[in-house]
Amino acid sequence: MAEYILESNGEKWEIICGLEIHCQIISKSKIFSGASTEFGVDANENVSFVDVAMPGMLPVLNMECVKQAVKTGLGLNAKINKFSQFSRKNYFYADLPQGYQITQEKHPLIGEGHVSIDLSDGTTKEIGIERIHIEQDTGKSIHDIDPKKSFIDYNRAGVGLMELVTKPDFRSPDEAGAFLRKLRSIVRYLGTCDGNMDEGSMRCDASVSIRKVGETGFRPRCEIKNVNSVKFAMQAIEAEAKRQLEIYEKGESFEQESRQFDPTTCTTKYMRKKEYAHEYRQFPEPDLPPLVLTDEFIEEIKSQLVELPDEKKRRYISQMGLTAYDAMVICENKEVAEFFEEASDGHDAKKVANWLMGDFFAMLNKKGVDINNSPVSAKNLGKLVELISKDIISGKIAKDVFEIMSETGGDPEVIVEEKGLKQVTDTSAIEAIVDEIIANNPDNVASYKAGKNNLLGWFVGQVMKQSQGKANPGVVNKLLRDKLDN
Amino acid sequence: MTELTNLTIHETLRKLRAREVSPIEVTEAYIKKIEENNSKYNAYVTTSFDKALDGAKESEKRYINGTNKSLDGIAIGVKDLFCTKDIRTTACSHIIDNFVPKYESNVTQNLLNDGALFLGKLNLDEFAMGGSNETSCFGPVVNPWSKDVKLVAGGSSGGSAAAVSANLCAGSTGTDTGGSIRQPAAFCGVTGIKPTYGRCSRYGVIAFASSLDQAGPICKDVTDCALMLNSMAGYDNRDATSSNVSVPDFTSFIGQDIRGLKVGIPDEYRIEGMNEEIAQYWNKATKMLEERGAEIVRISLPHTKYALPSYYVIAPAEASSNLARYDGIRYGNRVDGNNMEELYINTRTQGFGKEVKRRILIGTYVLSAGFYDAYYLKAQKVRRLIKNDFDEAFKKCDVILTPTTPVEAFAIGDKTMSENPINMYLNDVYTVSVNLAGLPAMSLPIGLSKNGLPLGMQLIGKAFDEATIFKTAYQLERDVNFKRI
Repeated sequence: MAEYILESNGEKWEIICGLEIHCQIISKSKIFSGASTEFGVDANENVSFVDVAMPGMLPVLNMECVKQAVKTGLGLNAKINKFSQFSRKNYFYADLPQGYQITQEKHPLIGEGHVSIDLSDGTTKEIGIERIHIEQDTGKSIHDIDPKKSFIDYNRAGVGLMELVTKPDFRSPDEAGAFLRKLRSIVRYLGTCDGNMDEGSMRCDASVSIRKVGETGFRPRCEIKNVNSVKFAMQAIEAEAKRQLEIYEKGESFEQESRQFDPTTCTTKYMRKKEYAHEYRQFPEPDLPPLVLTDEFIEEIKSQLVELPDEKKRRYISQMGLTAYDAMVICENKEVAEFFEEASDGHDAKKVANWLMGDFFAMLNKKGVDINNSPVSAKNLGKLVELISKDIISGKIAKDVFEIMSETGGDPEVIVEEKGLKQVTDTSAIEAIVDEIIANNPDNVASYKAGKNNLLGWFVGQVMKQSQGKANPGVVNKLLRDKLDN
Repeated sequence: MTELTNLTIHETLRKLRAREVSPIEVTEAYIKKIEENNSKYNAYVTTSFDKALDGAKESEKRYINGTNKSLDGIAIGVKDLFCTKDIRTTACSHIIDNFVPKYESNVTQNLLNDGALFLGKLNLDEFAMGGSNETSCFGPVVNPWSKDVKLVAGGSSGGSAAAVSANLCAGSTGTDTGGSIRQPAAFCGVTGIKPTYGRCSRYGVIAFASSLDQAGPICKDVTDCALMLNSMAGYDNRDATSSNVSVPDFTSFIGQDIRGLKVGIPDEYRIEGMNEEIAQYWNKATKMLEERGAEIVRISLPHTKYALPSYYVIAPAEASSNLARYDGIRYGNRVDGNNMEELYINTRTQGFGKEVKRRILIGTYVLSAGFYDAYYLKAQKVRRLIKNDFDEAFKKCDVILTPTTPVEAFAIGDKTMSENPINMYLNDVYTVSVNLAGLPAMSLPIGLSKNGLPLGMQLIGKAFDEATIFKTAYQLERDVNFKRI
């Protein structure tokens, strides 16, 4: 990966960036109550007495959320802490019913791990995970219903979150973007978070500082809060780095603070100073005993782990002959990988990959549908490739067949049969056409024989045209050569 | 004939089962008693007579068809810290003085399931913070033993102790965070037990200090406490700190002899300047147990002197966080402001009383960055040492005997207490260690002071060994033969 360097007055600066990502845990009920986590219901539908902190109500840990977090930890090659502890982070806000958030401070559920990210030049880089802890989400304040009143929807209050903190390992916006995509891919594979940043089920804070190349230690950093897409995260990091550089260029300095990214201007703006940041008075949550996991519990989850994108990618390259790039693209999305595996089952995987990456994705794009709603099924795409491999249709005809499949959802074998598109491989039938073309075009034959070799293509075209595209191009080529070269 | 309201629970049950009286008669007797006397004592802050009478009618049916349960028809009072479905629950704080829960605490549900009837909700110190029931937004409870001067009933379960003492209920529920069952029981001449932490579910009990709070009964005698605790105790999956251990029938230990039982007397509890009468009663109780065949052993609880300061760090710390939910947003009283922060400030300034505010401030302070290690963390370390002290002591003895309080009930409005909260906090000197260590302990009357006021003795047991406490307390009770009101 080319280094990402900012230059100023002949000096080189590099970015130091770490990410903090909140992932909503996929679970039927909330992390400390039995209320449903269902999305899209009316405001305050999914609220239990615990969620709104009625007097005397107590949190009870939902072990499903713990399993999901452990699964995520295992997927990120991270240490699972058999002892972890909940704590209370105290602050007042209307959407925080208890007046504190139950989180994990000193003893997180998941310790250090690492993720390999795929960079655009085909190389990979290891990004360190510092920790992942589990905690409860807040409700949502709504300020735009009434000019004077605020409303609160507590449906989200108490939904389980995993907060993942990376090491300050990112040296470019691209790396941060690649990480977010990779993390999203992994949690989706695992089914532990749906990874939808625009819906807020994955939320990202980026901590950015810069330093001169060769400098050791870190300069002050700013944290950009709540960036809600991969693109914005990358833009925010870049904008913030440039802002900091401008300050240093002027010989000035700045203090640590929280900032907000404004995508319309592509700049970050001041939110609050670090010293005004909340004093959270964290202490161990007395309502919940420490969380102690057994080896059996962890092993059980390990045994249920699915094949993750990196493993899949390696298998696609080594066993199925895919290029690193194709393998990466196909593996990024679990549904795509599943589609690919079904389509390539028993067929030429490399060819299937080509079709998938080419015409198939183009078709989905054009129609604006996702892979789960594709009119062309995985089985039929496999069959289409098989028809080509077996020389039953040519690549050109295949494109026409694919076009029909994408309109009708039909089976390529049936389409080829019904439309009479089967390739002619009968040498004698093709030979008759070849002879006819040669006989009818003595001038071009003469030019070819005089050395205009590229006329061969013209002859092939004529034969194909005459055969209505059904002649096997290999056979046509061979016959033409045989006859013209002798 | 003895008044029905003077009877203990076990005596009443005997009469009910023999069909000598009906639950309705008993309930009506209590209602009459409350109507006549509650204004004197201010024990009940809410009554639920209709519900009690409805319950009594149901109970009557069960006695007729023979499906009566362990506490069927027993009319009790509930400390107003337990959430009771459709009955106002206030924690005696103005901030939620109009709150009607839509759910029932586990402990009160257990009692209802066993046929008990609720006469109403009993006064307490606001959010159980206090040792004299003077911090209640409904005013102090008057100790039924008061003569010319109105005396405190103790706290925080002042209403629970006074109601039992004045026969305004057959028994009551209390909660104990630093002595809140035992101290008022001692002041009012009744018996109360704080069981092991985790024995009773905290579900639906308004939290003061989560790691210390524990529910327990206050009754007329030891046997009644066993009957009530049988019903109140038990694992509840809605409280993650509730213990999944089996609950023995505590009444089965009543009457067992205590020969060979080792009773520990902690050196450190003989504090300097100790009240002479209390010291004498302590010796007397020791002798009584010895004469019943118990072996008396001197034990040491070396970190006792740090218990009180540690308690007054940990309890306020947890309270400051537990009380954050009373913000006027979702329930309870709200005092509006121009913005959210003002709303919080106005609501909490007007909603909470002085002592609660003091503890919120202390708790907030000790958890703050820069002070956490020096206060909260240190207090937690001391807590561990105190627990270790007990572990060591219980290698030498089976149960520990101490006074419950260093003094007898004092006057309402006592200046030495109100002007210096530390003096008030000192009342907890014998009781807080037990909460810090999570152990069970009972207070029972030992006799009257020269002023004619009740004094209590405390029996401390090993974790989940309430059995030995019941066994020992019952024998002591027989010898003391305390005359209730």
